[in-house]
Amino acid sequence: MDRVFLIKNDQAESRLFLRRIYVALTFIVLLTAGLIVRLVYLQIVGHEHYATLAKENSIKLTPVPPTRGIIYDRNGKILAENTPSYSLELIPEQIEDINDTLARLQALLDLPDEKIEQFHKQRKREKRFNSVALLPAMTDEELAKFAVSMPFFPGVEIKTHQVRHYPYYDLAAHVVGYVGRINETELKNLPMPEYQGTNYIGKLGIERTYETQLHGKTGYAEIETNVQGRSLNTINEVKPVPGANLYLTLDIDLQKTAYDALDFYNGAVVAIDVKTGGVLVFASRPGFDPNPFVVGISGEAYKALNESENQPLYNRALRGLYPPGSTLKPFIALAGLEYDKIHAPQSLYCPGYYTLPGVDHKYRDWRKGGHGSVDMIRAITESCDVYFYRLAQMLGIQNMHDFLQQFGFGEKTGIDLYGETSGLLPSPAWKQAKRKQRWYEGETLISGIGQGYHQVSPLQLARATATLANHGEVVTPFLVDKLITPQGVLKGPEKHGETIPLKAGHLDAIFAGMINVVHSAAGTAKRIGYGIPYQIAGKTGTAQVFGIKQGAKYNESEIDFKLRDNALFVAFAPADDPKIAVAVVVEHGSHGGTVAAPIAGKVIKQYLKTLDED
Amino acid sequence: MKTETRLEHLQPPSMIGKLLRRLHIDIPLFLCLFLTALLSFVILYSSGGQDFGQLLRQAARVGLAFLLMTALAQVNPMQFKRYSAILFGIGIFLLIAVLIMGEIGKGAQRWLDLGFFRFQPSEMIKITTPMMIAWYLAEHHLPPKPKQVLIAAFLIILPTLLIAKQPDLGTALLVASAGAAVLFFAGLSYWFVLAIIGGVGASTPVIWHLMHDYQRDRVRIFLNPEADPLGRGYHIIQSKIAIGSGGIYGKGWLGSTQSELDFLPESSTDFIFAVFAEEFGLFGCLGLLTLYLLIIARSLYIASQARDSYNRLLASALAFTFFVYVFVNIGMVIGILPVVGVPLPLISYGGTSIVTLLSGFGILMSIHTHQKFSIA
Repeated sequence: MDRVFLIKNDQAESRLFLRRIYVALTFIVLLTAGLIVRLVYLQIVGHEHYATLAKENSIKLTPVPPTRGIIYDRNGKILAENTPSYSLELIPEQIEDINDTLARLQALLDLPDEKIEQFHKQRKREKRFNSVALLPAMTDEELAKFAVSMPFFPGVEIKTHQVRHYPYYDLAAHVVGYVGRINETELKNLPMPEYQGTNYIGKLGIERTYETQLHGKTGYAEIETNVQGRSLNTINEVKPVPGANLYLTLDIDLQKTAYDALDFYNGAVVAIDVKTGGVLVFASRPGFDPNPFVVGISGEAYKALNESENQPLYNRALRGLYPPGSTLKPFIALAGLEYDKIHAPQSLYCPGYYTLPGVDHKYRDWRKGGHGSVDMIRAITESCDVYFYRLAQMLGIQNMHDFLQQFGFGEKTGIDLYGETSGLLPSPAWKQAKRKQRWYEGETLISGIGQGYHQVSPLQLARATATLANHGEVVTPFLVDKLITPQGVLKGPEKHGETIPLKAGHLDAIFAGMINVVHSAAGTAKRIGYGIPYQIAGKTGTAQVFGIKQGAKYNESEIDFKLRDNALFVAFAPADDPKIAVAVVVEHGSHGGTVAAPIAGKVIKQYLKTLDED
Repeated sequence: MKTETRLEHLQPPSMIGKLLRRLHIDIPLFLCLFLTALLSFVILYSSGGQDFGQLLRQAARVGLAFLLMTALAQVNPMQFKRYSAILFGIGIFLLIAVLIMGEIGKGAQRWLDLGFFRFQPSEMIKITTPMMIAWYLAEHHLPPKPKQVLIAAFLIILPTLLIAKQPDLGTALLVASAGAAVLFFAGLSYWFVLAIIGGVGASTPVIWHLMHDYQRDRVRIFLNPEADPLGRGYHIIQSKIAIGSGGIYGKGWLGSTQSELDFLPESSTDFIFAVFAEEFGLFGCLGLLTLYLLIIARSLYIASQARDSYNRLLASALAFTFFVYVFVNIGMVIGILPVVGVPLPLISYGGTSIVTLLSGFGILMSIHTHQKFSIA
């Protein structure tokens, strides 16, 4: 009401407003005057002082970079260290005839023209009175030659640097990663005062994930300098805080065993401590030598690595995606029990193939004549496909999806490494969203034996196996066990484990089947079970890389190596008190039992033996 | 109306002048803004390490902002008034949306990602808050009664807190001062003004308690920058060195050693005034301040000529906020105010603030150029 009949006294309001404008204007002028007073103070009264500071005539703050933390394996073996390296550097402002000096150096050390060009480029980027590197890493011979002639080269000096070195070369490159020179994009995002004086930054692996902790805190020295930028004396120094030393959960000897066992195959091995989630082995073969990346790998060498058909730069353990094949069967069997679709002793008949009503297509078993009547334990032991086709049909894809998801399939594991992929856990919703197609029942069947759309990484597979071995308590894999800092010891990433609700006794049949895989005459991986005082529970897998036409026969010797099936094996041991879980993927290894299982066997045996010895 | 006619006779009867008037552009204000924008390119070329590409990108943004200003100048101010409350409501809604999304994304969140472009609701609220307060107060007799003051205060504090929570202290400060300016120009009793100042003083410990750690650090560093010369006090020390070493005449264009040698961080964004002061000296600074004062004076003049209370209040608040912008940024760069993230208006690199600022001036021009038609 008030608003409708509001009759304003505009003249009074207008006068009031004008008065306020004048007050505001006065206020603005006064504050601006304050700014001007301060500017006069800085630019006239303080000009001398600040001009001196600007010219760095008096005190120069020089950053003192911290020492990068060392990376150890679980037994204290060094995976990444700092070694001294010598560089030949020139301070152009202190050299009378730079071209003459460069020419003489080139003759003395027999340098290619390329180096001189690089020097000129680098020089443009550096600040005045800073030294510019001509040779970033001198050989002993160059060092000796120059040391003798040093007096003839004023303004040229040898500087010592710490350079990162990886003593295990290609063995753990994918896990430990490497450092490299800070590039321009990284430079923009770095907290600048903290990185003044630091030239390297973690690019991959642990070196990258734990960059902040490994780097430490930059110190600084206040150095009195003259007009030429020469240091006179240090007035004050704040020491840098060295970076934290990292202890990984990785066992480098075990890693070597796994890596060597992969032999000429491409593939990956991941082993996890079931109780903690600590990653014991994280091998991806072929690896690559990270050391050239530190000093700057040549374009040619990088191209060779990048374009090699074996893809050594590709971290198969973390990013490789494979159909899990039969290694998925124990999980499907457990789903069948949990959803009450089947009982462990219940037998199904396997004639060697399975058909859907009204469809011609025969879903074949790997054993042509079939397995006959099989219960759950035998179905796992002999990897009977027909049993699992049937079980998958009973479960339905949505139940399978929901159950498998709890084991971390289709999700990142949360390991402390960059670049993890989440894989693919198929469901009708996924297919509708991504492929705009409805889900077919036949796809449910092949999903039940780990084929079809399923995509898992070796890390995911190892994690799921560890979770299974841990009786459903979800295991989160991690690599850094502890950080030793000057302030004390810090623990690695926090591990949280939800527990998948599993009914008591359901795991018994699954474990029994998996033990029989290794320890019974019918088992698909029986050859690794001999001569050990404990039992290994495992499951083989052989996953098709390409499809075989209906009625055609898969003949291993006839097909190209690259089209051969992938061989997989998952296992944990000892079966009654699991300590280690392993997943092995061998690309084109053809048979899970004969190629992948022995690799896992070696890793398990060595690890449990060392545990025993401790 | 006499003033209008007189001014028109003073304008040279050029084609451009005619066109600008046709487009509802206020020529003195436009000239000052345009000059400042040109000056920003000159400084940016130097502070950005003579990166011509960067300059072109900024020029494109500024061009867009000028287009938006022109577009807003075409709108009848009646329309701004009519939609004030709705626009304010939308702004508040978006601020809450951004906060919730930030909550989910775990970390500072200022952007609303609309897929095709990213939008910062806190920028929009810089203009809609004074619009809202002006609309609300103009609906009643001025000066406002205590009840209206309380409601207006609530309407100011709401967006301010939402933005401070993001956390973006600089923008929160600007929004609060825009709202407070409306209250002041509406004739808020001086007793109230004193009470507010007293209240803020008394609540300092509370504010200190509510601040984020990094915000507290900034205040600590402001009080004693030398305590951490290589870390957090670095900005202020280096910027004082840049300004002081510039002296009376400056080191000349492209002569800044502080930014050239990378001593001065954020030399193209929040700390660009330091580069300007180093290269153009005290005289340059006085020139730039004069330019800013001209813009403010012209804006306040437009406010004083506006016909109804809503227009007067909105115009004067926009003018005053522009001054707060200038004062807070320069004050921070020369070390008399703590470091809060406020860019130097019309000069700092980046598109967001310039779009908001020129939108404000578009509204001012609309207010000024539409009234003669409505009277006739």
